[in-house]
Amino acid sequence: MLEIRDLDLYYGDAQALDGVSLSVDEGTIVAIVGSNGAGKSSLIRTIAGIETPRAGSIRYRGADITGAPSHAVVNLGIGQVAEGRQVFPTLSVRENLEVGALVPRARARAKATLEEVFALFPRLREREHQAAGTLSGGEQQMLAIGRCLMGQPELIMFDEPSLGLAPTVVQEVFRTILALNRRGLTIVLVEQNVAVSLRIASRAYVLENGRVAMEGTGAELLADDRVRQAYLGL
Amino acid sequence: MATGAGRQTARAALALGGLFVVLLVLPAFANPYVLSAAILVLYFAYVGQAWNLMMGFAGQLSLGHSLYVGLGAYASAALFVHYGISPWIGLVAAVAVSLAAGAVIGFLAFRFGIGGVYFALLTIAFAEFTRIGFDHFDWVGGSGGFFLPVKEHGVTDLANLRGPPVMFYYIALAMAAGAFLAAWRLRASRIGYYWLAIRENEDAAQALGINTFRYKMLAILFSSAMTALAGVFFAFYYNNLFPEQIFSMARSIEIILGPIIGGLGTLFGPVLGAFVLTFLGDGLTEVTDAFGIQIPGLKQVFYGVALLVVVVFVPNGIWPALARRLGFGPAKKGE
Repeated sequence: MLEIRDLDLYYGDAQALDGVSLSVDEGTIVAIVGSNGAGKSSLIRTIAGIETPRAGSIRYRGADITGAPSHAVVNLGIGQVAEGRQVFPTLSVRENLEVGALVPRARARAKATLEEVFALFPRLREREHQAAGTLSGGEQQMLAIGRCLMGQPELIMFDEPSLGLAPTVVQEVFRTILALNRRGLTIVLVEQNVAVSLRIASRAYVLENGRVAMEGTGAELLADDRVRQAYLGL
Repeated sequence: MATGAGRQTARAALALGGLFVVLLVLPAFANPYVLSAAILVLYFAYVGQAWNLMMGFAGQLSLGHSLYVGLGAYASAALFVHYGISPWIGLVAAVAVSLAAGAVIGFLAFRFGIGGVYFALLTIAFAEFTRIGFDHFDWVGGSGGFFLPVKEHGVTDLANLRGPPVMFYYIALAMAAGAFLAAWRLRASRIGYYWLAIRENEDAAQALGINTFRYKMLAILFSSAMTALAGVFFAFYYNNLFPEQIFSMARSIEIILGPIIGGLGTLFGPVLGAFVLTFLGDGLTEVTDAFGIQIPGLKQVFYGVALLVVVVFVPNGIWPALARRLGFGPAKKGE
């Protein structure tokens, strides 16, 4: 579904991604793990069209989308839940969701999608007219996910969805991601919570200094001594 | 500002209709002084609304809106004085020149990711070097000023915008009402949603597939075109233009004080702010004059105090706080 070949990204002279290749099959969960500064967020931002790579290619459903602007990428069905939730604080919950459905591919079905999102997150319906900035951290994360769903994505990239959330809420977020995957959505998951993300991922990549250092199934990487030492502290 | 607004629409519309009727009949009761103050209020309500589209809705701070006023004023005045072209046609040129300036500033800033304070500085820079340029632009009088011929009193020539204050009053009223309606329609449109999303969180807006460059450009284009019309009005109402005055930083600040004091991003804020400021600026100086106290710059001191009071006590502006009291506004957060 998503094929990335030899991606190089630079910020000025600093190289953030160095020959990254990975592939995401339809309907799977692919985890990208690595320490801070390994290039995980840069990779997501490049796929999303926010950063432009210097070399390499990104293909989505066979079409070359390398260097396509972010609004075009979203309209192809690649959604993104950015790090740190990033809701629109003074807009209401409902308005936040409505903004998510403004991409051309999602406009026609916006009303029906809104009902689906409310069914998925009943808390959001309860707080429909409340300013998003007044929600708890967990609720804001649900809103960010719901807002992304409003754009009718086929593939969602999550950037650190559990960051800064209470443990019980983290569980809920992961349950939600699994539920979305069961509904047929393809997931790319960038997480610092390596243990959980490897457990739910069918395929995983370890990024180090902008390179893919290891790859394999989630189970393989979980059993790998280097991964266990470096990321799981075992 | 939008939350729950629908439920109060009927009441707000009624109040607005009432206000409009009062404004329609005002000249019949107003003495010349009140009329000129009312024209000023409407002028600032209009231009504040135009600025508010950019800052209040789309979150792009312009501190150089005097640029668009000045360009609009000079373009229409020059065509009128040199070629006898009616301001109703001249305003097309005024809008075109302002749009071009807005497009250049917007393109430079938004294409190269200049935002926030740096964008504001860029807008100041453009206004400033345009002012200096016009100081040496002899075709329109340079720093010595540019003057429109004043016809004899008592003649109302709407086609050339020559006439008594009451004519300008109704033009200003139409402009302020039109700007209000335009802002209201835009706020409720898809463009309005894009703007609010960009204002609230530009990264998130981009991640949701909003073409932030395009919609920021639209904001500056709408705003500069609207502001150009304020310039046309200014030129034909005051009949004299000096680069020193019309392009000055102080003029830009006057434009933005109304919406900030009234309520950024609200529809009524610019209107209310214009009223409060004109009342403070001109009303209070009138009072102090009557007591024989004449201090240059007193008006600016009043502006400063008003801004200070608002920032400390009602940081979102007077209107959101007032609206809640009157039962028009949004339900309290976390209802």
